[in-house]
Amino acid sequence: MLKIDNLYVNYGMIEALHGISIEIKEKEIVALIGSNGAGKTTTLHTISGLIRPTKGHIYLNDQDLTKIKADKIVKLGLAQVPERRRVFAEQTVEENLILGAYTRSDRNAVKEDMEKVFTSFPRLKERRNQLSGTLSGGEQQMLAIGRSLMAKPKILLLDEPSMGLSPLLVKEIFRIIKEINQSGTTILLVEQNAKLALAIADRAYVLETGKIALSGTGQELLASEAVKKAYLGG
Amino acid sequence: MNTFSQFLMQLFNGINSGSIYALIALGYTMVYGIAKLINFAHGDIIMVGAYVCLLSINGGLPLPLAIIASIISCTVLGIMIEKIAYKPLRNASRITLLITAIGISYLLQSSFQLIFSSNSRPFPDIINLPPLIIGDITIAGKYYVTIIISVILMTVLQLFVKKTKTGKAMRAVSEDQGAAMLMGINIDKTIAITFGIGSALAAIAGILYCASYPIVSPYIGAMPGIRAFIAAVLGGIGSIPGAVLGGFVLGIIEALTKAYISSQLSDAIVFSVLILILVFKPSGILGQNAKEKV
Repeated sequence: MLKIDNLYVNYGMIEALHGISIEIKEKEIVALIGSNGAGKTTTLHTISGLIRPTKGHIYLNDQDLTKIKADKIVKLGLAQVPERRRVFAEQTVEENLILGAYTRSDRNAVKEDMEKVFTSFPRLKERRNQLSGTLSGGEQQMLAIGRSLMAKPKILLLDEPSMGLSPLLVKEIFRIIKEINQSGTTILLVEQNAKLALAIADRAYVLETGKIALSGTGQELLASEAVKKAYLGG
Repeated sequence: MNTFSQFLMQLFNGINSGSIYALIALGYTMVYGIAKLINFAHGDIIMVGAYVCLLSINGGLPLPLAIIASIISCTVLGIMIEKIAYKPLRNASRITLLITAIGISYLLQSSFQLIFSSNSRPFPDIINLPPLIIGDITIAGKYYVTIIISVILMTVLQLFVKKTKTGKAMRAVSEDQGAAMLMGINIDKTIAITFGIGSALAAIAGILYCASYPIVSPYIGAMPGIRAFIAAVLGGIGSIPGAVLGGFVLGIIEALTKAYISSQLSDAIVFSVLILILVFKPSGILGQNAKEKV
């Protein structure tokens, strides 16, 4: 479904990605793990069209995303939950959800989908008219996920959804990610919390300083000595 | 006439010019909010709007058509300025943008001077409605028309920005451009719309300004432009209610100092107020303090 082919990205003078290749099949959960600065967020930003690569291609089905503008990419069915949630703090919960559906013109279906989001996240329903900036971290993460679902994505990219959340909330968020996947959405999950990510991933890639160091099924990588040492704390 | 009535009339004077400043300030503040750019050419759009209206009237167009011609020309001009001058500098430093904006301002003034000479021309009395007389207070027709039109426009703008999808997108872009792009919002289009709306408001402000001060020259945009910029900063640049409040506050302070202290000192006092407010609240009256990013 999504195929990253030999991707190179520069940040100014620094090369952030040195020829990575990743493939995600339909309905899979694929995790991309790695330490800080390995290039995980850069990868997601490049897929979404916020950064342009110097070399390589990204194919969503048959279309080359490196030649398509960011706003059109969303329309093709690819949404992202960005790192640190980045909800629009000065707009209400409901307005954030409406913005998530920005590319859609089917008003009634958008309304129904908003109700679905409220069913999955009852906390958001209680706070629908509250400014998003006043929500707790966990609620903001739920809003960021809900907002991305409003675009009706076929593939969803999530960047560090566990960041800054209590273990209980992290568990809840991961349960939700699993649910989204089971309802038919393909998922690319970027995480520093490798243990959790590998546990729910069908397959995973380990990114090290801009290169893919390892790949395999979630279970394989969980069992791998190298991964254990570097990312699972021994 | 007693002193209180006199005070009320001065107040109305202030609200009149304040509402014009507010209309112009809206353009500054919206463009700043979305493109993080002080568009110093904004004041000169007022001048262009006044010229187009004047020339259309002199050319025989009825007033409503002249006003529409003026609004359309300014909207197109504003969008073109953004496309040609600012868009290529989207990732440039702020100082580059600022200098470009000042350059565009001079470009507009000089080209109008070349075409129409620097002589000022009389602007026709376009609002000749009867004055409103309440007790011993007389409010000229152009005053209350200006105030009513401004208040309507500000309300419509506020509703547009709050309620419509495009308005929500504008606020989203102003808050976080990257996140807005991830929603599928077209940044270029949104910025163009913002320039267009700001310039349309400037055209109307220009016509209302000339209705009160009926002279047109290539330089008339400069003074109301700079005052409106101050109003936007005073209210909190980036904030729409802030620009409206700042405009009215500035207009009223200006009118009252002219009437009761000294008309020569009015600018000095207006600027002192700005400095004082910025000392105690650098983000402006309604501006949000720069939030720390987590």
